[in-house]
Amino acid sequence: MDIKELNTQAAVSFDNVKIWYKAAAVDKFPINGGACVLYKGKQIAVFNFTRQGSWYACQNLCPHKMEMVLSRGMIGQDGEHPKVACPLHKSTFSLKTGENLNGDLNAITTYPVKIEDNFVYIGFLE
Amino acid sequence: MKTVVVIGNGMVGYKFCEKFVAKNENKAFNLLVFGEEPRVAYDRVHLSEYFENGDAEKLCLAPRSWYDERGIQLYTNQRITEINRTEQSVTTNKGEVYNYDYLVIATGSSPFVPAIKGVDKKGVFVYRTIEDLEETMQYASDIKGGKAAVLGGGLLGLEAAKAVKDMGLEPHVVEFAPRLMPRQLDHDGSTALEQKMRELGIHVHLNKATQQILGNGRIEGMEFSEGDSLQVQMLIISAGIRPRDELAKSCDLKTGDRGGIVVDKRMRTSDPRIFAIGEVALYKDMIYGLVAPGYEMAQVAVDQILGRETLMSETIDMSTKLKLIGVDVASFGNPFTSEEEAHSIIFENKLQGLYKRINISKDGKTLLGGILVGDASDYNMLLQLQQNKMALPENPEDLILGARGGEGAALGNVMDLPDEAVVCSCESVSKGVICSAVTEDGHESLKSVCKSTKAATGCGGCKPMVVDLVNESLKSLGKTVKESICEHFNYSRRELYDIVKLRGIETYDELLDLVGTGDGCEVCKPAVAAIFASVYNETANRQETIQDSNDRYLANIQRNGTYSVVPRVAGGEISPKQLIALGRIGMKYDLYTKITGGQRIDMFGAQLHELPLIWEELIQEGFESGHAYGKALRTVKSCVGSTWCRYGMDESVSFAIEIENRYKGIRSPHKMKGGVSGCIRECAEARCKDFGFIAVEGGWNVYVCGNGGANPKHAELLAEKVDKETAVKYVDRFLMYYIKTAAPLTRTAAWLEKLEGGITYLKNVVIHDSLGIAKELDEEMQRYADTYKCEWKEAVETPEIRARYTHFVNSDEPDSNIEFVPMRGQKMPKAWTQ
Repeated sequence: MDIKELNTQAAVSFDNVKIWYKAAAVDKFPINGGACVLYKGKQIAVFNFTRQGSWYACQNLCPHKMEMVLSRGMIGQDGEHPKVACPLHKSTFSLKTGENLNGDLNAITTYPVKIEDNFVYIGFLE
Repeated sequence: MKTVVVIGNGMVGYKFCEKFVAKNENKAFNLLVFGEEPRVAYDRVHLSEYFENGDAEKLCLAPRSWYDERGIQLYTNQRITEINRTEQSVTTNKGEVYNYDYLVIATGSSPFVPAIKGVDKKGVFVYRTIEDLEETMQYASDIKGGKAAVLGGGLLGLEAAKAVKDMGLEPHVVEFAPRLMPRQLDHDGSTALEQKMRELGIHVHLNKATQQILGNGRIEGMEFSEGDSLQVQMLIISAGIRPRDELAKSCDLKTGDRGGIVVDKRMRTSDPRIFAIGEVALYKDMIYGLVAPGYEMAQVAVDQILGRETLMSETIDMSTKLKLIGVDVASFGNPFTSEEEAHSIIFENKLQGLYKRINISKDGKTLLGGILVGDASDYNMLLQLQQNKMALPENPEDLILGARGGEGAALGNVMDLPDEAVVCSCESVSKGVICSAVTEDGHESLKSVCKSTKAATGCGGCKPMVVDLVNESLKSLGKTVKESICEHFNYSRRELYDIVKLRGIETYDELLDLVGTGDGCEVCKPAVAAIFASVYNETANRQETIQDSNDRYLANIQRNGTYSVVPRVAGGEISPKQLIALGRIGMKYDLYTKITGGQRIDMFGAQLHELPLIWEELIQEGFESGHAYGKALRTVKSCVGSTWCRYGMDESVSFAIEIENRYKGIRSPHKMKGGVSGCIRECAEARCKDFGFIAVEGGWNVYVCGNGGANPKHAELLAEKVDKETAVKYVDRFLMYYIKTAAPLTRTAAWLEKLEGGITYLKNVVIHDSLGIAKELDEEMQRYADTYKCEWKEAVETPEIRARYTHFVNSDEPDSNIEFVPMRGQKMPKAWTQ
């Protein structure tokens, strides 16, 4: 998979989802933490934000040094944004909009998540 | 080019140079400085600190290179023996002659030694230079445990008594007057101080006129006028100063009847080409033995030479504040007003050893002066009220009692001071200058404000006020200065530590619900994780998602998202069999290996899913976690010690292994490193560590709070020649106290720097149990040692934890993006492209 392609991909929203991919059971994801899902060669970081009762998904690639690590980052909250902090250099990204909150890196791609029958589904365009 | 010659390289002489080069912009003058001491100018005010750390460099005001870089010709160890006013020249003790256009005499003073019979006996010293101190220390080490007296109960005498106590002798202060610090304190103030001194083991003898020094060749005692005597083996004379005006006398400059070179308000002597500044200058019939007036004189002389009409203040502020072994003493304005000129309000609490007196003008409008003993925290504000003749609160007693029942502090806000109020008297820095350094010049930290304005760089007494001013100014710009750890907790780490401990909180969410707001972040989560680890000694496995990157997977994340593995090799001792095991495992998983700075072996390039496999094998070979990933004890480095080394004084390896095993696994505000050296050659670099032990004749020296890294700092001496058990006990307490009180990600050196009272305070807590918490600290550290478990063993053996080590949650494939390239027969991550 080409890294640049993933990095410039348009964000997927609930409205334009074509495919809901059934990723894994809810209990495979740590409480208030993330794990990485593999879908058609793409690495997707999925976060179980238990404290807010919500789920988020984004690219696993940190645009700072182009490493596949975001799923291992700590999550938290910055004002109205739920966020993830990259484990390498603590760049933080909004899990809602994908924007870099503490710098001017490119925004990351985000994906919609839904839970059905205790399974986590991620929305893709293809 | 004109030449200015300065005689004397003491504090005031140095200050003259500093101010002169700052203003001599067009370099129209040569500056020549002669000092008779071998050292460059040092801080005599804090001389007693030399006893604590033995580090003369710390006292140094500026290194030799400072003078060189500014084109100042500095001649130390050279005394001027003659001034020839007609030739405008000076002659050194080496016979060399130098011409001057202007001459500045800053020869200071010498200790006054009264003509007491037997004062020339061995064991009688004065207290003025580092050399005096070294001689005194040398002598003191021969009479260990003996008694020593200080003649003179003034400011300097009490400092000397503290030094005597630090040298391990029983201190006795002998004062002729009926009270201590007679120039600063009244009778009741002295009584309060005396009580404090006695509690601290300093014996005080007042109303004593010393008749003669007893002893055959060396001092054995002192005999007083009423026939009574005191047995002592050493005596330090601190009975006042005499100006060093002999040069002035020999060239017929006008001097006072009781010494001192007469100067006018331009600091000129009777010869207009010659200035006198500091303790040698007699201004308005007085000699001023304080730093602040000396510095002001230096400024006046600089300006006069450079053609500016600056004049010396009409009245000289003799206010002083000092801390003696933790006892505050302050005196300001006119401390001794009579009943005719003022009303005095006096507060006394004998139980706590507090005495406060303020003198209010008859009309009740202004503060004239006062005395504070036991608690001088309000000194700076009171001094400002007095100096600026500011309006007093309706009930002036609130100034020393605090506002009772009402809102807010009686002293008001520092920001209420007028802009011209002088906050730092040593450097004459006003409130306006400090505030505008923040608001106009954009300085945002205390350090940079102090550096640019020079405020709080003298005696440091004004520092709390400068802190307040900087913080308030920052606030006025809308910048926050709170100590809270992040937006989710309005508490410092220390406060959160207490909350967790006292309320028995066990999870991050519970703490956030109870005292926090929002959903947390990458700052507070690991900070709180470290607190749980410290309070409950729990491993990073229990609440893995609040752990920092490395703690979450018990490994150090590297450039490409792979991890490194570092097993513990306590003390750096490793058997050939263990080396082979590490080699075998390294080859099996194709790991890059390197020896670390902490005497162990780091294995790089492990993928997430490989970590439990690697550790399973390591554990089978008898290894355990090295905690290289945690804010925890890393290593205790050792030299080979007396088992092999022909110089070794003790078994450094055995001790290092013992201590590394004692502290392993403990989580702390930052990483901690230790070192043990078997002799003073210090091959283990123990003084660059957070704690270090060095074997010396008769025991171990214990050092704390050093580090390498970005700001290298040598560790400071905590205890000398103690046995191993005592050494461990002290370090137990030190580490525990650090763990409980430091801010997140603060190494011990930075923590000590911020600890008020510094190493002396730390010694008091650790050695003398001044806070009464030693037992608690001992027990907590022992509990850590007793409840240690290897978290990697726990992770490998617990299926739920082990399941975390997979890159994909929905696939067993490894991460295909990780790429390595070869390097010198091993591998390395493919370099970052940006």
